[in-house]
Amino acid sequence: MSKAGWIRTVVLVAAVGALEIACRTGAIPATMVVAPSVMVLALVHTLQSDEIGMHLRHTLSAVAIAMSLSIVGGFIIGFILNWVPFLRRAFSPFLAAYYAIPHFAFYPLLIVIFGLGPLPLIVLATLFAMVAMILATMAGLDRVPRVLLKTARIHRLSLLQEIWRVRLPAAAPHILSGLKLAVAYSFIGVIAGEFILSTSGIGHEIAFAYDNFDNKRMYALILFVLAIVTTFNMAVFAWERRMLRRRGA
Amino acid sequence: MSRGLLSLRAWRDPILVAISLVALWQVLHEIAGDSAVTAPAPTLSHLWEMIGQTRFLPHLRETGLAFLQALAIAFGGGVLLGVVLGGHKLTGEVAEPILVALYSIPKITLYPVILLLFGLGMPAKVAFGALHGIIPVVLFTMNAVRNVNRTYLRAGRAMRLSPAQTGWHILVPATLPEIFSGLRIGFSLTLLGTMLGELFASQRGLGFLLMTAIDLHDVKTILAIAVLISAFAVATNAALLAIDRHLHRGAAADSSGK
Repeated sequence: MSKAGWIRTVVLVAAVGALEIACRTGAIPATMVVAPSVMVLALVHTLQSDEIGMHLRHTLSAVAIAMSLSIVGGFIIGFILNWVPFLRRAFSPFLAAYYAIPHFAFYPLLIVIFGLGPLPLIVLATLFAMVAMILATMAGLDRVPRVLLKTARIHRLSLLQEIWRVRLPAAAPHILSGLKLAVAYSFIGVIAGEFILSTSGIGHEIAFAYDNFDNKRMYALILFVLAIVTTFNMAVFAWERRMLRRRGA
Repeated sequence: MSRGLLSLRAWRDPILVAISLVALWQVLHEIAGDSAVTAPAPTLSHLWEMIGQTRFLPHLRETGLAFLQALAIAFGGGVLLGVVLGGHKLTGEVAEPILVALYSIPKITLYPVILLLFGLGMPAKVAFGALHGIIPVVLFTMNAVRNVNRTYLRAGRAMRLSPAQTGWHILVPATLPEIFSGLRIGFSLTLLGTMLGELFASQRGLGFLLMTAIDLHDVKTILAIAVLISAFAVATNAALLAIDRHLHRGAAADSSGK
């Protein structure tokens, strides 16, 4: 590990340690933050005992659907917009302003339209994540070096071959970073929606525990969500790095 | 292409987008009916009516105040932290992965923690909005400071500039375009964070009005508020984007002319 990596580990461990001591000595009351060790114990207890599996399944399946929709849909839409200049000109001001809109303000409307359940969550998360994928696909295809396309023409590649063997591999780094964003945004969309208003899912369970002053369970679940999401993001990140290294980039 | 044509197109596109969005909205209304999506004209007149009412203004002020305070913290704190982290290499390397990880987690899960720390009300909303906005500002500022061309600094030293002069004549112009991009993203995210904070466990503000409107199945109000917030966000973003492009164009001209 690099020097910075070691220092980072020490800083994080020290921060957790300081929190533990502050909670144990009562400097921070248990009504605010519970000690990290208590969080972990409560997490183990929660995972063993109740119906948390069901909530986890609801959350993860909604995330999985939103993620696949936004990755596949975003890629296709990005590709089409890049291919057809007219559509691109029409949509690009819209796309540029898209992430300025606070999407969650539309969640109440989605609930009214689709009813309470997994559907508004999936729609919200897909809307949130898909445009990142569209933008990344377009950026990647824009930056395919002209010389590669000329080479493809010299080799008389058919259109499909050119797309498959030249354009997509050349655009891959950008598309991958869009994919990474789409994964993170799908999680954020679903969990935030569940948190605001829903009947099941991990986000809802955290909000429910908060409403019931059940701090131990609440912190355990927060820890759980952060652990899952961070693991997932790290896995995508590591995968991206390996792909890029294999390409010699 | 001439300048005049460009500016004409710059105006034409957003207007076309706005018109097509309103048309799409009308079509959605025709398909889904009044109980799901109200038509554009009545919704906008409802919005106008709401803004005129005295009971609406305190909510608008509450959200606006929370947003402005969060924005001040995110911008001030973010630039300050970014300069420190960008100026000191090791500190920046230690902090960057932590910040990136923090950027991609659903921060809403941390909202109950913030509510417990700050209590229900304004401070919690401000803290949550600032938490969303500060990270991109820090990341962009850090990168801007790191990437200052060393030649400029050496030239400054050769000209015996004082630290204050180095800061004002070299560091500020060199980092401003990047930092401004960070501020633009920070602006959008702070607004998102403040709204999220109001949607959950709040007693005042636009987010609170949205949540009460769900209970009443008041689609007109939901749409009116969502449109109001989006219009504000998009208009401000367009202005910031224009300044951003202007700054970057100036910076590009500078570096190509060296």
